[in-house]
Amino acid sequence: MITAIVGITFVVSYFIPHFPFNRMDAWFADWFSIIQACAIVLGALNLLKLSAQKVIGKKKDWGYALVIILSFALITIVGLSEGSDYRDPGTGFDWLYVNMFIPLSATMFSILAFFVASASYRAFRARNFEATLLLIAAFFVMIGRVPVGDVITGFMPEGWRLSDLANWIMDYPQTAGQRAIMIGIGLGVVSTSLRVILGIERAHIGSGE
Amino acid sequence: MTTKAKELIAVAAILIFSLIFYLGKTFGWEPTEFSTAVSLLVVILLLASLLWILVLTLQGKLIGRRVVFLYVGIAVAMPLFMKLSQEMPVSPAVQGVYDAVTELEPGSKVLIACDYDPPTAPELQPMAETFIRICFQRDLKIIIMGIWPQGPQQANLALEKILAEPDIAAKNLQYGIDYVNLGFQAGNEFVIQRMGGSFKSMFRTDYGGIPYDELPLVRNVKNFSNIDYCFNLSSGFPGTVEWVQIAVDRYDVELGAGNTAVQAPTVYPYLSSGQLTGLLGGMSGAAEFERAADARVKGTKYMLSQSVSHIVVIAFVLIGNVAFIMSGRKSALKG
Amino acid sequence: MEAAFEHFRLWLAAFLTLGIFSFLYKDNPWYKLSEAIFVGISAGYWFVVLFWDNFFGKFWVGAGDYTMQWLASVFTGGESPSAEGVDLMLWIGAILGFLMLLRLIPKIGWLSRWPLAFIVGATAGLWLINYIASNVMVQVQATMVPLFSTVFGAGFDAGSGVIIGGLVIFLGTFSGLVYFFFSKAHTGAFGTTARVGVFFLMITFGASFGYTVMSRMSLLIGRIDYLLGDWLGMIK
Repeated sequence: MITAIVGITFVVSYFIPHFPFNRMDAWFADWFSIIQACAIVLGALNLLKLSAQKVIGKKKDWGYALVIILSFALITIVGLSEGSDYRDPGTGFDWLYVNMFIPLSATMFSILAFFVASASYRAFRARNFEATLLLIAAFFVMIGRVPVGDVITGFMPEGWRLSDLANWIMDYPQTAGQRAIMIGIGLGVVSTSLRVILGIERAHIGSGE
Repeated sequence: MTTKAKELIAVAAILIFSLIFYLGKTFGWEPTEFSTAVSLLVVILLLASLLWILVLTLQGKLIGRRVVFLYVGIAVAMPLFMKLSQEMPVSPAVQGVYDAVTELEPGSKVLIACDYDPPTAPELQPMAETFIRICFQRDLKIIIMGIWPQGPQQANLALEKILAEPDIAAKNLQYGIDYVNLGFQAGNEFVIQRMGGSFKSMFRTDYGGIPYDELPLVRNVKNFSNIDYCFNLSSGFPGTVEWVQIAVDRYDVELGAGNTAVQAPTVYPYLSSGQLTGLLGGMSGAAEFERAADARVKGTKYMLSQSVSHIVVIAFVLIGNVAFIMSGRKSALKG
Repeated sequence: MEAAFEHFRLWLAAFLTLGIFSFLYKDNPWYKLSEAIFVGISAGYWFVVLFWDNFFGKFWVGAGDYTMQWLASVFTGGESPSAEGVDLMLWIGAILGFLMLLRLIPKIGWLSRWPLAFIVGATAGLWLINYIASNVMVQVQATMVPLFSTVFGAGFDAGSGVIIGGLVIFLGTFSGLVYFFFSKAHTGAFGTTARVGVFFLMITFGASFGYTVMSRMSLLIGRIDYLLGDWLGMIK
């Protein structure tokens, strides 16, 4: 029932943005914000709980679980003790962000570059016409989106260089394909949302199959 | 020699190498910059070695995973030492953002929604810096917020850098009057939805805990109707899609976006439908934006590495496919 | 002292960066240590930001602080605090949020279903409208546009590029949607249209792959720039 009331309120407030629906819409948005924050905190606390269990039980790699707890404690203590301006330049929290969080998170994602290249060598094959089309589109976009593309086709008149071809692919066939996917997903979201609001889909509260 | 010993020697070698260069930097060594001739030589050597890999692959000798990794590393690192000039045209999508922001009257209020984190900063941080620089140069007022927690902090790093530039520093811009950072709020797209009714209800204090009403710049900003232009820097969900769906389509906000290259293709339909005024896609978008603004810094500097790394990936795709075709389209490369 | 701290800062960031990169060789203790620090720091970062920006900046400033002052005034007989800008309805959000945290206690964890039901309902309600309006209606409208304007004037363009582009968008979107329609067998004219749709989708995926390569390389460039520039000072 909670799901239905909240869902219907958001739908109705779009068409009737007046009292009481506009008020309810605003309240619900505020509550959502707080609940989501709690949900994320729940995730963090759960991580701590699991790590603590690992350390207490001296399970495999418990030392790394201890590092997780200590790192969490370090940034939390520093952040909470510095007051509401904890992120200002020069604070301990900002120092941890710049010198630990940024290098770790940025590098973690940057190593994907190596795997993309390796996969290109081993798995990206022109097995049939469709795959060849994919490969050709990827080739022109990759070469056309960087300056070297126009260096290679510098002798061509403006409007006919590789960057123009890449722009054309992005603006027309690529946009058409993306739009088909977008409309398809849109219709899927609408039908799923309706099922959820009408109570046909109830798996999220554990009472559906 | 055991593998472990070899590994220890490798780590020690990296440490010694790093120490030498670090000490060199500390004692005033100048950064290395390849001349044009050396730069071209490096590129030619790289291409020649790729040809050699092609020959090896055709002979059925596959190169290992780590060799591919090494090539990627070289393709990215070497161009950073080079100084080859390169021009790239500004695409209409990028020009759209530039035109929209430069057509604003001085004093106009611009909302910058920073929905990204450090992993995507190499792409989005140069966009943020260039956009902020343009705003300050044109005396536009900036309101920063984010629905990604790291976004407003990244924006602060950009602000710090731009405010230190001599021409901007000379303007003596004041926090709270010329720019404001409202910080982060949880709630994904519901934050945007709530801002449509009231900014203050969502951001009761700014980034540093100052109450909303004590900030002269935003005191009279009730909702999106008081915002002249919005620029969203996005690296995923929630991001540009949500800003288009709510801010643009419900509250008629004029929106431009800067996206990671992974996300950019998915928002192109919004560009052709007019829901976005312009789009900066990935690092090339950042470099084009810098060119449009005549401020060639980080994005432009990185483009040579981007070019060479693309060539290397294309080369690996071609090598793999040539071997595949030569083998009668039967065998896949393994190993 | 400040200089020593600066050296430490640079070496710490480099140590962590190389630790993550070491995974490219193989899984090893240096990587595992860096990974554990990353997980702990990330979780702590979220915790602190949410505490200050959401619990304090939103709930405490909006309702919690007023409530505490009001309670104090009731018990001490003092003056009631000003209720300007206060939104006591935030308490309901806070209570629902608290119920969500009860998931940590298995015996009463079922109470977290209420906030969960709220989150799912709110998302379904908002998405239903957003997706049908922005991702379906507007997109369909933008697909079926005149090939060129019927009114001459500023911006008028009836060049072959515009006409062909408009046709490509229409054909690609329509045939792509036909491909996604699985309730009818892909045979005959329907099947041919679906096949054309597949071609457009392949071009789309190819372009996305190209952009993904660009993105991944950009992230790596950023880190290499740190190591060679900020840390070792080898490049400008």
